Amino acid sequence: MSSGTGNDVLGRGLRVLGKAIRAEPRLFVVSSLGSSLFGLLIVANSYVVGFLIGHVVAPAFAAHRVSAAGLALAVAALLGISGLRVASIFARRLGAGFMQFRLQARYRRAVTRRYLSLPPEWHQRHATGSLLSNAGSDVEAAFAPIAPLPFAVGTIVMLLGAMITLFATDWVLAMVGVALFPALFALNFFYSRRMSPRQIHAQRMRAKVATVAHESFDGALVVKTMGREADESRRFAVFVTELRDALVAVGRLRGVFDPLMESLPSVGTLAVLVLGTWRLQTGAVTVSEVISVAFLFTVLAFPVRAIGWVIGELPRSVAGWDRVQAVLSAEGDLRYGEGELPGDGPAELRFDRVGYRYAGGPPVLSEVSFTVPAGRTVALVGATGSGKSTIAALALRLVDPDSGNVSLDRVKLPDLSAAALAGASALVPQIPFVFDDTVRGNVSLDRPGIGDDDVWAALRLAQAERFTGGLPERLDTAVGERGTSLSGGQRQRLTLARALAGRPRLLVLDDATSAVDPRVEAAILGALRAAGTSLLVVAYRRASIALADEVVYLHQGRVVATGTHQELMATQEGYRELVTAYEKADK
Amino acid sequence: MSDVGTFSTLRRGLALSPELRTGLAGTIALAVLQMAGRVSVPVAVQQCIDHGINGPSGPDTRIVLGYVSITLMVLAVSTFCGFLMTRRLFTVSETALGGLRSRTFRHIHDLSMLHQQSERRGSMVSRVTGDVDQISVFLQTGGVQLMLASGQLIVSSVVMFAYSWQLTLVVLLAFGPAVAVIRLFQRRLASVYRTVRERNGVLLGAVAESVVGATVIRSFGVAGRTGRRIDTAVDDLRTAQQRAMRTSVTSFSSGEIGAGLALSGVVVVGTLLGVAGDLTVGRLTAFLFLVTLFIQPVQIATEQLNEAQNAVAGWRRILDVLDVDPDVADPDDEGVELPAGPLSVRFRDVSFRYPGGPIVLSGVDLELGARRKYAVVGETGSGKTTFAKLLTRLMDPAEGTVLLSGVPLTAVRFSSLRSRVVMVPQDGFLFDATIAENIRFAEPALTDGQLREAFTELGLGDWLAGLPAGLDTPVGERGEALSVGERQLVALVRAYVADPDLLVLDEATSAVDPATEVRLQHALELVTRGRTTVAIAHRLSTAQAADEVIVVDAGRVVQRGPHSVLLTEEDSIYAKLYASWLEQTR
Repeated sequence: MSSGTGNDVLGRGLRVLGKAIRAEPRLFVVSSLGSSLFGLLIVANSYVVGFLIGHVVAPAFAAHRVSAAGLALAVAALLGISGLRVASIFARRLGAGFMQFRLQARYRRAVTRRYLSLPPEWHQRHATGSLLSNAGSDVEAAFAPIAPLPFAVGTIVMLLGAMITLFATDWVLAMVGVALFPALFALNFFYSRRMSPRQIHAQRMRAKVATVAHESFDGALVVKTMGREADESRRFAVFVTELRDALVAVGRLRGVFDPLMESLPSVGTLAVLVLGTWRLQTGAVTVSEVISVAFLFTVLAFPVRAIGWVIGELPRSVAGWDRVQAVLSAEGDLRYGEGELPGDGPAELRFDRVGYRYAGGPPVLSEVSFTVPAGRTVALVGATGSGKSTIAALALRLVDPDSGNVSLDRVKLPDLSAAALAGASALVPQIPFVFDDTVRGNVSLDRPGIGDDDVWAALRLAQAERFTGGLPERLDTAVGERGTSLSGGQRQRLTLARALAGRPRLLVLDDATSAVDPRVEAAILGALRAAGTSLLVVAYRRASIALADEVVYLHQGRVVATGTHQELMATQEGYRELVTAYEKADK
Repeated sequence: MSDVGTFSTLRRGLALSPELRTGLAGTIALAVLQMAGRVSVPVAVQQCIDHGINGPSGPDTRIVLGYVSITLMVLAVSTFCGFLMTRRLFTVSETALGGLRSRTFRHIHDLSMLHQQSERRGSMVSRVTGDVDQISVFLQTGGVQLMLASGQLIVSSVVMFAYSWQLTLVVLLAFGPAVAVIRLFQRRLASVYRTVRERNGVLLGAVAESVVGATVIRSFGVAGRTGRRIDTAVDDLRTAQQRAMRTSVTSFSSGEIGAGLALSGVVVVGTLLGVAGDLTVGRLTAFLFLVTLFIQPVQIATEQLNEAQNAVAGWRRILDVLDVDPDVADPDDEGVELPAGPLSVRFRDVSFRYPGGPIVLSGVDLELGARRKYAVVGETGSGKTTFAKLLTRLMDPAEGTVLLSGVPLTAVRFSSLRSRVVMVPQDGFLFDATIAENIRFAEPALTDGQLREAFTELGLGDWLAGLPAGLDTPVGERGEALSVGERQLVALVRAYVADPDLLVLDEATSAVDPATEVRLQHALELVTRGRTTVAIAHRLSTAQAADEVIVVDAGRVVQRGPHSVLLTEEDSIYAKLYASWLEQTR
């Protein structure tokens, strides 16, 4: 984020460009050659025009006689240059554009691959919004200078060509170039340096406006029910005004730069007229040479801007690149083993003296040991923050414990292959996640061996058959982004069906039926028990707890007691209080 | 999204921001002056060649110096005009667009809940951010360039015409085909860039899946599937971008070919004219300079087309939102105040259906007395939440009337309605601010002392004291630093300080940890005391505590009465519901 010193950004920005060129050398060469040709043609065109006027037009005017050959030569030269220029434009722009698009595509793939392979723990540490912009606008920003880069390279070639021809023509006229070109560079450079902090500030204000709008629309219902629309609009307007001021500051600087950038070359043309007349008097140059050089300066101005575009984009590019690199270089991947899980049918889950803490935090779990016997149901009970969800995550190896072992049918989880692990166990999380896909796609996830019959069976088991049957296109109904067309309870049942469709040997429910009506919840749990899979349930509701064969009572990351619900009710004071709190609240 | 609407969208878009016209005449005048500087140079070249270099007495530095000094002064003035013009343009356009952002923001809040919820949140945000930014980019780069370009086109045409009408004709003839080709490409460009934008949206959606669904993707081992989807989206976007680039370059080159034709045509015809004595060398040279001034704008116009399309798309999306009338509107000055004192409720034959959907509530006819507590119960989808939304006028019934103390809800001014009727929504939404700021959302004037008092009155003083920074504890994005139950506590205090006469509670379905649950129930009891209360209940305790229970099933009120009475109605919906509740808690 930090822009550092200007030179630093320039250096690092150039290094990003270097990496981009090394990644797509062919396209870079093609576009730079095209661009260089374009630049040289601009120089050549000026000389051709000057030559034609001096050697074809002026003599014809003087002699009142046209040389057909001369005119033919003129037309051929101008059209030839024009044709070459079209070719050079195609090479430059297509080359630069394709290079930029390919780089964006490549890095978008790389970034999202990291998202898919980094563990959930890493995801938790990063805000959704910033991860989205890492793959979106940051990748775009990192390669934004690529589009004008070949143009800038061609411009440098053009300026070199221009200087050489200027010196070849006349050293005095060349002096105009000697004075003008560095001035153009300097102007561009200072502009970019002064502009980048203003741009960054404006960008920050943009983000702020977006954040406020996002939050306000998120809470639209509260705003409405409390009648605070006017106050919210006032709060928003403050940031809008700040953004406006930031953008106007950008505009003021541009107001200085743009007109100067346009006028400087014209000053060059005028200088050439004065000096050229003097040099004509001394006989050092010809009329056509003066015209050529004057013409040259008028057409140089526009390409020189390309250099400014590249420099101007560098700070944004570096910031984007850094954020992309942060994702690409992130560590902490889980390594999977090669092992398969032998046998089929319900599997036994065993926690053996498991400890876990988040980086830098206090221990979340210590010395946790318990077993879910094959085909049995175990409930995890404990107050908020006792570590229930962490246990659920450990059971599926979404994270690895700091100490101790988690095993499935006596195979340690890290020894299992990713496929074996995903095939054997399934988690239904607290907050349901629904893919922007059809009902079928959401349940089957295109896993092999899950046909429509299996999908329906899973929906039936999850008590979702009735509402799915009522959907306009049944299994083919698209549920929309994040399942917006479904209610909370329907989303939970859909994700439950997804877990069941894979016929897992161990099913972990992390408070997964909270948005479902009590009656429906009871039906679901009954059906699951009957299905005979091993079941680990994180639960608050007493009905869910009572269904379990065994209860593991947790307090502050430790297993306090294990036993049946009745046993714990009888022996554990804390447990009794926790579970009966609902009845207490009724009084 | 048809191309036919492009022009009218542009016109309507500009009309949205009348501020854009502020000082427009001055800005245009400055732009024209800036243009004069550009044209002055070729004129100077012509004068210098004809009078200074090819003059009767040979090259004459003094004459040239004279012309050059005058031109330098013109340039200085025009450069300064350019500075003033750009500054004005930025100030006016950003002020106008800032106003547009604010107005659109307000309009979105004024839309009915139904409309708000039919839009994705992200897309509502982009109405006031990205979409406006696109217009801003267009106005300041494309817009200026197009304006300057058209000015340049006109001025250079006029000067060219003054020098030689024959050569001007040659230039126009040479450019005719190019302009025709560019126009032809315009349609294709519009459609290819639209494809680019659409595929960009698809890509962002696919990427979001890999982020938001990371846990699910991992636990089901379907990273390959999501990866393939992203790859497809990435490739689709890249192909669309490349196609757009090809189309744009092809269109651009036709201008280039036109330029080549024009230049050679001018040389040939110019020479012939000069031989006949109609043209001087200086004039022909100046003309060649002018042709480049004429070419530039045409090329710039094609370059800016994408920006223009983006801006039109941005305007179109903003108009789409602004065109939606807030159908649940504030009667404002025509409205009335609710009568003072406790509020009673009357539903008169009320029915509701979502537009194009099935009936959700039908023929609801009931009266709720002032200061009494009601619990509305029923299965998911029975219509009980709809009942609450109609009662708070988040939606209007399709048929029938809802009255508060005899006044139809639709006639009540929002300022009165929202201060007297408060709803606590299910998720108890909190803003990313401190506890104090979240409570003050309801009553900005409250002091810290009064806030603390409110907590204490609800029996939450110890809870507040237990927080790391008390009232100043930040609650995090959407309140996520607090547990679900704690969020509900804060939302409850917020409702309490609003001091409504009718309180509508949409009870959260998700389970809350028991310690917080006890606090919540206690606070609830105190908040509802002395007010008309309607709770959409998911808990037995709430139903038991109510004076009356209203049972909703399949969009109809099927039972009503005190808990104890309803229980005696055997085989009723309520009895079944009660049985399942019992199973939950015993």
